[in-house]
Amino acid sequence: MNYQASPWAIVIFAMIVAAVLGISFHFSKKSKSASSYMAAGGQIHWSVNGIAFAGDYLSAASFLGICGMIALSGYDGFLYSIGYLAGWIVALFVIAEPMKRMGKYTFTDAIDQKFQSKGIQFWAAISTLLVSMFYLIPQMVGAGALVTPLLGLPYWVGVVMVGVIVIVIVTLAGMTSTTYVQFLKGTMLIVFSLVLVFLVMSRGIMKAPDQGGEKPYHKFITLEATDTAAGSVKIKDTTYTVVKDFLDGKGLHFVKLSKDGVESVWKINDETKQLTETQVISVSKDGTTLYNGLPKEAGAFYSVGNMSEIIEDGVPVEKTKTLDPFSFIETIKNGTVIRWAKTMVSDETGKMTIYHQLPTSGRDVVSPGLKYKVDASKGATTMQRLDFISLMLALFCGTAALPHILIRYYTVPNAASARKSTIVAIAVIGLFYVLTLYMGLGAMVNGVIDLTNDNMSAPLLAKSFGIFIFAIISALAFATVLGTVSGLIIAASGAVSHDLMDRYAGRNMSDKTKIRATRIAAIVIGGIAILLGLLFEGMNVSYLVGWAFAIAASANLPAIIMILFWKRTTKEGVIAGIIVGLILSLGLILLSQETFDNVYKLVNVKAPVPINNPAIISVPLSFLSLVFVSLFTQKKKQPSLEKTNG
Amino acid sequence: MHGPSSEWKKDNAISLKVIIGKWFFILYAIVYAGFILINVASPKFMSIDIGSLNMAIIYGFGLILFAILLAFAYNHISTHAESVMNQEQEDDMKTERKDGDEA
Repeated sequence: MNYQASPWAIVIFAMIVAAVLGISFHFSKKSKSASSYMAAGGQIHWSVNGIAFAGDYLSAASFLGICGMIALSGYDGFLYSIGYLAGWIVALFVIAEPMKRMGKYTFTDAIDQKFQSKGIQFWAAISTLLVSMFYLIPQMVGAGALVTPLLGLPYWVGVVMVGVIVIVIVTLAGMTSTTYVQFLKGTMLIVFSLVLVFLVMSRGIMKAPDQGGEKPYHKFITLEATDTAAGSVKIKDTTYTVVKDFLDGKGLHFVKLSKDGVESVWKINDETKQLTETQVISVSKDGTTLYNGLPKEAGAFYSVGNMSEIIEDGVPVEKTKTLDPFSFIETIKNGTVIRWAKTMVSDETGKMTIYHQLPTSGRDVVSPGLKYKVDASKGATTMQRLDFISLMLALFCGTAALPHILIRYYTVPNAASARKSTIVAIAVIGLFYVLTLYMGLGAMVNGVIDLTNDNMSAPLLAKSFGIFIFAIISALAFATVLGTVSGLIIAASGAVSHDLMDRYAGRNMSDKTKIRATRIAAIVIGGIAILLGLLFEGMNVSYLVGWAFAIAASANLPAIIMILFWKRTTKEGVIAGIIVGLILSLGLILLSQETFDNVYKLVNVKAPVPINNPAIISVPLSFLSLVFVSLFTQKKKQPSLEKTNG
Repeated sequence: MHGPSSEWKKDNAISLKVIIGKWFFILYAIVYAGFILINVASPKFMSIDIGSLNMAIIYGFGLILFAILLAFAYNHISTHAESVMNQEQEDDMKTERKDGDEA
């Protein structure tokens, strides 16, 4: 799609960036000690910390990724919202207060408190770095995706811009500025998401969504064929010429037609002898990319998302009146939604990515199963159902093991504040996740989905209500990325300076040296994040975050839980648990089908690992290896774990 | 060696909070596991209409609301336990100090 920047967008974006940098400069004078730099001096009020938790946690994955996934796959995207929120229960009831009592600056501090082991220091720091890196990728991808519609700049500029601004935030004032940036962003995100949902309800739903009269919906047409047999397709409309017909990898039948010198691709329904219009991006062998047969600038690649059948009060209508949160979902449930599926085809001329219409019952849209195959009666395999369980397990177990979330427990003065801030976070995050369903479904039926980038669904939904709300929502989404990336870089740079250099390498650094080392680490990690952001362009950010959760749940959570609740845990067991969790989760991800398809871009190559989410294998095996090794390394004189909570 | 990021008083309510935290966690984990199992074992159950919504939406929203309710309940109980149990400790200390002064 073509995007043009508006002056409003640039002004609001500049204001938010100026506010963020202003906060950082303001607090830079107060961050003189390692404690104030890495843990905000432990003096943040629990209510501020709670909102900052939300600002830290509600990342590009939550705002851009989930809304995008709901816009394309309905309820299955909402599963992420449910899982992400459920994970906070583990954080509140199991982790929050002990974590506050056990640690000082980093996740490694907490799990190493009893053992003082070099091995734990090393492996926990490596785990922190890896989880943070995997979490950084989707944030940077989200930033790159945002600047194009917001400022009219290319993807890479967004990635570099976020990297540079975050490096400034973190190096200036560390955790204090990061906390207030996250607080600001968390508050604004909730307020403006509520505004957006209110606008969606007010507009209602129409079959040909025209974005408030601003942009007519492109009507995708159907052609009649006289013959659809492979190799001899003939159509009634003689203004079109048949170029050739072909099958994709799944056996779907398509035909390429030509009219006025412009080529288009149509999906053939062999039963009804009808051809439905598709959208196609073709890349020829010489590198020329065409959108629906024309250059991108022609604007011939359309935004999509509508209902082909709307029932209101039992009667089919073209447009509903204003809806409420219940009738909005009911209207979608009782109608038919036009979703879009993607398929890729290669031939002697080049590669084609074809997007074709998929009329879907509203009942299926608001029920699980469109993305994650769970219904055996609809052909779901055991492996697909295990994949679903694995994803939900990773989301549940991952939150409480994310290093950038855990370090926020050190910014409050005591354990009760840690608990209270977690409760504020749960309330705010819970409200936001309810809103994601409405924003995602709103995008699904308002004709705003950019098929080349589903991450943009929520900002483009905002754009359909005017450039001002779009500018705010997009700038806010950009601030969302800034807040989360800041937290991640603090966690990762703390792992390098405090865990690896100071404690593991025994450098015994002074406060001043430690702050300098953390700042240098932040700059290096920021640079790596920029490179990773450029490398992973185009992937759904929520899906990528699922990986970070799986690694955190596999490597970190077993160690934390067993140290807290099993007295016979040994340092060797903890190290074994972290290593097994890390290697298994990473290995399974890198050998999964999704990685083969979307990262390695291998077309029609079967991956060796049959599931895409590793948690169902890696989490239990990490627990088992920790228990097994602990039992074999019991020593008479080894200090047994006292009841950590007592 | 390193210490915590800030200091705090001894908390006599820890044992009670840990027990409540464990039970609340188990309770929520069961409800969450139920959601996953229903999705896998009987996905059609999730499509059943409940008023203007369906089971999937109700259960999903329910899980979010249940988490918020449990969190507030846990905080209420924990705060009350801290104020009562740590007050007793402070009262004991005051009494000891008073006895010492009188002696």
